[in-house]
Amino acid sequence: MTYANLYERPGPRGVRRNRVLTALVALALLAVAYVVYVRFDEKDQWAAEKWTPLLRADVWATFILPGLAGTLAAAVAGVVLAALFGLVFAVARLSEHRWIRVPAAMVVEFFRSVPLLLLIFFAFFGSFVLIGVNISAFAAVVFGLTLYNGSVIAEIIRAGVLSLPKGQREAAYAVGMRKGQVMRLVLLPQAVKAMLPALISQFVVLLKDSALGLIVGYDELVDRGLNGIAANFSNVIPAAILIAAIFIVINMALDRLAHRLGASSTRRSASSARRS
Amino acid sequence: MEALLNEGGTILAAFWMTVRLTAVSALGSLVLGTLLTAMRVAPLASLRATATVYVTVARNTPLTLVLLFTGLGIGANLGLELSDDIATNNFWLAVIGLTAYTSAFVCEALRSGLNTVPVGQAEAARSLGLGFVKTLALITLPQAFRAVVAPLGSILIALTKNTTIALVVGVAEASVRMRELIETYGDQVIEIFLGFAAGFVLLCLPMGLLFGWLSKRLAVAR
Repeated sequence: MTYANLYERPGPRGVRRNRVLTALVALALLAVAYVVYVRFDEKDQWAAEKWTPLLRADVWATFILPGLAGTLAAAVAGVVLAALFGLVFAVARLSEHRWIRVPAAMVVEFFRSVPLLLLIFFAFFGSFVLIGVNISAFAAVVFGLTLYNGSVIAEIIRAGVLSLPKGQREAAYAVGMRKGQVMRLVLLPQAVKAMLPALISQFVVLLKDSALGLIVGYDELVDRGLNGIAANFSNVIPAAILIAAIFIVINMALDRLAHRLGASSTRRSASSARRS
Repeated sequence: MEALLNEGGTILAAFWMTVRLTAVSALGSLVLGTLLTAMRVAPLASLRATATVYVTVARNTPLTLVLLFTGLGIGANLGLELSDDIATNNFWLAVIGLTAYTSAFVCEALRSGLNTVPVGQAEAARSLGLGFVKTLALITLPQAFRAVVAPLGSILIALTKNTTIALVVGVAEASVRMRELIETYGDQVIEIFLGFAAGFVLLCLPMGLLFGWLSKRLAVAR
């Protein structure tokens, strides 16, 4: 994607001016980097002993890998349950019975507008009063992730079903399918496929949100990194940079996957349109 | 109900903090997000690269980590003092973190808004002799803003809910108050939760309606 239409192709003078400006930008960036460097340096955050622990196998084995496992466990459980929740409530909101449609809409809208952290607090601190047992931090985090992201996923799937051509449903009824079959065999598969990029973006959100677990003491990557590694080696900045890098790599991989799926599905529908 | 009624004043104070965090961060994100958008479409490759890297990093890092980094890293470790008063200092640290995170999303929304502006608009501006800055500021960005009112509304709502995470920097907003109340009035968990949830619904619902109305009102007819 280029935005070259916003400016003329520079002539000889423009090229020279752009070179000067590029140099100025580079200088400004260097100045910022220098200030950051000096500030961190005053606190010894660049000292080798703050960074070398991040390369040690035992640090990875005690902090980073278990933390990553915790994050991924919560995220995977959240994705599976949120997808289930989303499917059920998307179908419920599309129901032709008002007494199913309206309550489902209320549930979805409610959980979409309540902050995730409040849901986690509610489950974690309220479970004893509600069900008589204290649930684990893991369960509380997955509870919150499921309800919040499940509601968003329900809306994504519903939008996907609504975006399908009317003929799909009509053709399915015409060949004698029942209501449930039309939804299950014809509409949902196409809706999920069309919305796959949006669904994956939501999974990225879910993965990032799992970091909220540290507030109720769930053992995950941000907690292990900032409270585990940093407490042992007093290297908050290096630890935070490493943890952020891990998240960025995972999320960018998911983003790329979403893009690829989006591109391939539009290509397919374009080619099938040509065929017809 | 008793807990909510007895503590009504402190709950309102906590929500007032939520509103202030949201308002200041929203303003900051709008400014920084617009600046980032301008950088991402600028003629200078160095500016484009800087903005792209920034947006990628900010979007893909959990907000919890961003706020912990501003709190522990920039605040405690680097000793950035924005005010002598600890509460005010934490407030501004939270605003920095929320702004740093949210502006990346504002930038993404605005950039997709720029894509909806017909090429002819910028071409006409250039043929009138406007340079890059003027073309962007006078012609394309205003139209881009009008195209992305609804997405900006969603970002604002997400920001409102995200302010609850400011508790990791020590800002006494709604989620902190809710946790304290649950500890004090353990038997009224459901009422307390529903009360705070209602508070957020009351904050976010009008925003959703307002931005829905605005986006229709301001849509560029093409």
